[in-house]
Amino acid sequence: MPGLAGRMSTVVKSKISRMLDRAEDPGETLDYGYQKQVELLQNVKKGIADVVTSKKRLQMQTSKLEQQVVKLDTQARQALSQGREDLARMALERKTLAQTEMQSLDQQVKELEGQQEQLIANEQRLRQKIEQFRTKKEVIKAQYSAAEAQVRISEAANGVGEEMADLGLAMQRAEDKTETMRARASAVEELEKAGAFDDITTLGSGQDDIERQLSELTSGAQVDDELAKMKAEIGPGGGDSPALEQGEEKS
Amino acid sequence: MIVRISGEGQFKLPDEDAERLNELDNRAVAAVEQGDETGFKELWSQMLEIVASDGNALSDDELVESQVILPPRDISFQEAKAEFNGDGLIPD
Repeated sequence: MPGLAGRMSTVVKSKISRMLDRAEDPGETLDYGYQKQVELLQNVKKGIADVVTSKKRLQMQTSKLEQQVVKLDTQARQALSQGREDLARMALERKTLAQTEMQSLDQQVKELEGQQEQLIANEQRLRQKIEQFRTKKEVIKAQYSAAEAQVRISEAANGVGEEMADLGLAMQRAEDKTETMRARASAVEELEKAGAFDDITTLGSGQDDIERQLSELTSGAQVDDELAKMKAEIGPGGGDSPALEQGEEKS
Repeated sequence: MIVRISGEGQFKLPDEDAERLNELDNRAVAAVEQGDETGFKELWSQMLEIVASDGNALSDDELVESQVILPPRDISFQEAKAEFNGDGLIPD
């Protein structure tokens, strides 16, 4: 059978049959096989715990960014009502970047959640199969001759083996994805450290450089749009109404 | 026939479905070779649909091997390139 899943199950099967060949007493093989299965189940638990940890880290970052988005939005409004369009623009640039990062993290948290659920379901299924194997092995030990036992052991072991191989594949995929997300989380942390999401009241002397980088990172058009909308909402500072901005629809 | 969807478990399907699945698989392989992502996604969802409509989930206490192992439901086109190649699901 071609394909990744097929290849994996072939590898597991050959491992199982080597294991079965080595032992002289089928009863011993069965006990050993069972012990191996239980060990694997422990690894699965660790793998699931890893996914949960990564997810928590991303969730924490998301909520931090969420707070910053609210704060920067408020600051932009304040700046604008005081006629400081330059500061408002600065805050909106930061807000746009924080928002983009937040949405991307949010999406990844959702994906991780799906994977976590799937792994838990897989783990439960494997647990049931291992339990079934345990019952079966006692029956086989008690009822069959050595030759016949070999055949039945290999059937049962291959059934469990396929389940294990499949879980191994699911774990691998989850790990790969978690790895990508770790990199993403670190990148966001770097931005944080550089002060990209800081609110504008905390700007120090070194902020010019950050500001220049931010302008490059965030889309100018998006910031312009938002600034215009905000102006329309807050209303004109002077007496005459800005005809151009009134034409804009609220979305 | 026993079919596994990777990550979801095993399903019992009527033997006649083997031919339909194999046919779709061959077309999926062709789609992947031509870099036709839309075509592949369509064929892949048809394959999953066959398992969903004709298959009965195998009980957890049955220890049997699958004749066909399908990749994970959410397989990406990139992953499919490694998966959908060669002679089809069921070797002759």
